[in-house]
Amino acid sequence: MTGSFLKRNPSVPVVLGLLLLGTLAVAAMAASGGLSTSFVKTLGMTLCLALAALAMDLVWGYAGILSLGNIAFFALGGYMIGMWLMTARTEIIVAESLAGQAIPATPQEIRDAVGGQIFGVVGSADFPAIWAFSGSLPAQLALVVLVPSLLALVFGWLAFRSRVTGVYLSILTQAMTLALALYLFQNDAGLRGNNGLSGLQNLPGLSAVPQATVSLWFLWGSALALGLGYLLCAWVVSGKFGAILRGIRDNEARVRFLGYPVEGFKLAVFTLSAAITGIAGALYYPQAGIVNPAEMMPIASIYLAVWVAIGGRGRLYGAVIGAIAVSLISSFFTSGKLPDLDLGPVRLVWVDWWLVMLGFSFVLVTLLAPKGLGGLVDLWTQRRRPERHGADLGPDTGAFREKEAEA
Amino acid sequence: MMIRTFKTALVVTWLALGAVQAQAGPVQDLLQEQGALIEESSRRTIGPAIEAIVDSGLERVQPVLQAWQDKALWIDAEGRFWRVIEKDGDEILVDVDTGAEAGPADTAAMEQIKPNSGIRALIGTALVQFQLSDPNPARRRAALESITRDPEPELLAPLRASIETEDDADLLARKVRLERLLTARFDEDEAARVAAIEALSTDAAVETRAALNPLLASRMVALPDGETPEGNVARELSPGGDRLSRAAAYGALVDAGLAPPRPSDAEIRAALEANRANGEVGGVAVAALGDPQARARAYDALAAEGLVAPRVEEADVEAALAAHAFFDVYAEPSAAVTDAARAALTSIGIRVGAMKGVDIGLDALSLASIYFLAAIGLAVTFGVMGVINMAHGEFIMMGAYTAYLVQQIIPDRTLSLIAALPAAFVVTFVAGVAMERLVIRHLYKRPLETLLATFGISIALQQLAKIVFGTQARPLTAPDWLGGAWIINDVVGISHIRIAIFVLALMFLGFFLFLMKRTRLGLETRSVTQNPGMAASVGIDPGRVNMLTFGLGSGIAGIAGVAIGLYAKVTSEMGADYIVQSFMTVVVGGVGNIWGTLAGAAMIGGLQKGIEVLNPSNTLAAQTWMIVAVIIFIQFRPRGIIALRGRAAGD
Repeated sequence: MTGSFLKRNPSVPVVLGLLLLGTLAVAAMAASGGLSTSFVKTLGMTLCLALAALAMDLVWGYAGILSLGNIAFFALGGYMIGMWLMTARTEIIVAESLAGQAIPATPQEIRDAVGGQIFGVVGSADFPAIWAFSGSLPAQLALVVLVPSLLALVFGWLAFRSRVTGVYLSILTQAMTLALALYLFQNDAGLRGNNGLSGLQNLPGLSAVPQATVSLWFLWGSALALGLGYLLCAWVVSGKFGAILRGIRDNEARVRFLGYPVEGFKLAVFTLSAAITGIAGALYYPQAGIVNPAEMMPIASIYLAVWVAIGGRGRLYGAVIGAIAVSLISSFFTSGKLPDLDLGPVRLVWVDWWLVMLGFSFVLVTLLAPKGLGGLVDLWTQRRRPERHGADLGPDTGAFREKEAEA
Repeated sequence: MMIRTFKTALVVTWLALGAVQAQAGPVQDLLQEQGALIEESSRRTIGPAIEAIVDSGLERVQPVLQAWQDKALWIDAEGRFWRVIEKDGDEILVDVDTGAEAGPADTAAMEQIKPNSGIRALIGTALVQFQLSDPNPARRRAALESITRDPEPELLAPLRASIETEDDADLLARKVRLERLLTARFDEDEAARVAAIEALSTDAAVETRAALNPLLASRMVALPDGETPEGNVARELSPGGDRLSRAAAYGALVDAGLAPPRPSDAEIRAALEANRANGEVGGVAVAALGDPQARARAYDALAAEGLVAPRVEEADVEAALAAHAFFDVYAEPSAAVTDAARAALTSIGIRVGAMKGVDIGLDALSLASIYFLAAIGLAVTFGVMGVINMAHGEFIMMGAYTAYLVQQIIPDRTLSLIAALPAAFVVTFVAGVAMERLVIRHLYKRPLETLLATFGISIALQQLAKIVFGTQARPLTAPDWLGGAWIINDVVGISHIRIAIFVLALMFLGFFLFLMKRTRLGLETRSVTQNPGMAASVGIDPGRVNMLTFGLGSGIAGIAGVAIGLYAKVTSEMGADYIVQSFMTVVVGGVGNIWGTLAGAAMIGGLQKGIEVLNPSNTLAAQTWMIVAVIIFIQFRPRGIIALRGRAAGD
């Protein structure tokens, strides 16, 4: 726990430097026309996913809470920013179309027309109560952080207070995600049911700016968010707070008996993780263009865990590497650009078979390389197990102190 | 019976006579008597003619009436009536008395009787009387159904008349009920109606409610304050209350001419648009009309000029509503009848409510048995062994697809179902054993990673199924004896397949208890779960036991898949639909206890159906709130309904 922040977190300058270099290179290539707009968007979205994975690593890798609810926070962030994007843009469109009328429209008429435009697909024309702040960008930006945090706070308080831990907690968070998804699927939930919010890639008032430019703005924004998020997470886990988190992960009862309020620490890190994930979602969905409840289905919520596990949990750069590697490889295989392989009786369509490969490779990583891709870094930094000639650190095989001894 | 035999004897006599005296007989005579009225064919005057024909009591009258209604009654040049039927494309004369064919018809020389629709309806009513006493029970049933569909006051008398001669108990009961329904609605005697309504109040059938509801039809009447409306007043309404919105109340005043119409915002806008001149309307610049107050000023100016109807302010609406009273008045004039009908409907409502409760209970029971079936495999792998198997849902799916494949090979539904159950068990047992050997046994000490690894397998299996079988749902058809439903009455009913699933769930419960408590494998499983080291030292091979137990749990999931596939649809995602609910069932019930799983399934199924009652159209909302309720429940009993205590609890 001694030394400067950078000394305790040697990965910070490396990751931030690589992020800056990578973003600069992409921006330069995009400016020279070497990269398509959609690929720049994919890269920007990947950075957002990396930020979400970072938040996942914070709760899972450091505090031992395998939260399958983080994707719900991610989508909620998207919904919050999407509400403003849709309202503001529809207002501009409606104002333009009403301007052609003989008599100028009253504010009420404009609001009714906007409501009809947005909620027409679910057979309604009125703004639901939860859209009360949708006209104000600062309010919705605040909600991007507040809504996921509040949900995490309430849910976490309920769950941690009753000492739900381990796999039970995972199942409970999964249930929460499913409940939220099912709720949002209803038309009368007020968020356009299974249509979700769409057209988010069009920024209000900036219709003159080409999407190529907008995608670069978002790339820089996402990179900045990831960089700041990385600094924040590194700072959180490197101090005393981080040490207690790791203690909770390895043996919750011991930390509790040492007098630390375990529930408070868990709640704090869970809420922080939700807030970061919400921000990541708010940056992701304007690039994706659409957010709907299908984003929250159980399979999606596990992806975050997959990225962290493949990247190597318990190390922040692992989460970033995992998210970037898996989602880029995934978009490579599902792009449809790869030619199909004809293997006699079976035709290998990559778009279909990619998920099968991902599933099995995930099993292999869990079985054979529990440290994930991040473990490769250990080889390079020559960090080896201490030579104790096979002797264990203690009698409790469930503890992770073996790893702690390395750190 | 005596009468009928006598009549038959008469007919035989007529037939014998008819052969001698062609073209003459009682029916022909009767028709000749009423000939003038029949030919006149006017709805006003035809009544006595039909009555006379019906009252004659002649057996041969029915086909004549039928022919008349079907426009197949003709008059020949000599004024005699004939039925004309079509046979092999030729038109053939039929004697009205004997029903014997009498050679080809020369329709060009004959006159067709063309009753209009009003007369045809009258004939139809008269015919019902015959159908109600028809010797063929199917005809009688059809007649009753047609009356139920389309009740008419005229049908009451023939229905009553037919009750005495009815000998079929079931039809008699229906006739009596129908007679009550018609009496309640159409009888002229008030006391008889009230008595009929009261007799109906113990009957919860849909058609009873449909018959009683029109008696309570009402319309709203608006009157100046202090006046009471004529007729049978149901209640006074207050504007803005539950039954009458303010807008509807004012609309009623406008319709009754008691208040001026209120121009809507759209009408004001249209009026302003129509009266634009020199960039101004009513002295207000057009550009300023975006402001609601400016619009009001401009419109008031137009109204002052008399160009448009004046605006009605909110205060005027208030005053108009205050100055008038609103009543619901029954269309039915008799207060005794409406009171009786209301009381009867209330009592029926209570009965129907109770039956609905029973029906929902059955639904909940069946949903609970589905959840139990989906979760019982998990009760073995997760509950007993403590292994989180996220691919459990995919084992359910594999069982269902196995049953589908078996059905492709064996066409007989019953045989294929019998073959599918062991086949599904074998397939998923092998898959489970393979998974335990290859993956899970390396992760026994890392439960969270078991969760992730099995989820990886789940993704892969799901996608494989999608590649092999496509994304479309595959049909898994139940045998016919499972296809029907057990219908107790109009409200309560349950399909056979749900009963079968319930029975299957019970069988599994028994099997599980037997396996765990009475067999060697069960004993070894429990010992390995409790203390693997100790179990190994007394000669049990924990690896083998774990493998078999996991395979068994997976096999049960496969059989559950067959049942769920019959009930729902077979898709690659069907397992994923149940996985979260299954885990919740086990967790809520209490891990490691089969009775807990049963209680968990009952609670989750009951909760979901119970919440569905509050908003029946929205099953999504019910699922949402069910999950929320479960999350809250976990707060109070974190270890489930039936929590293991002491050493058996493991940690």
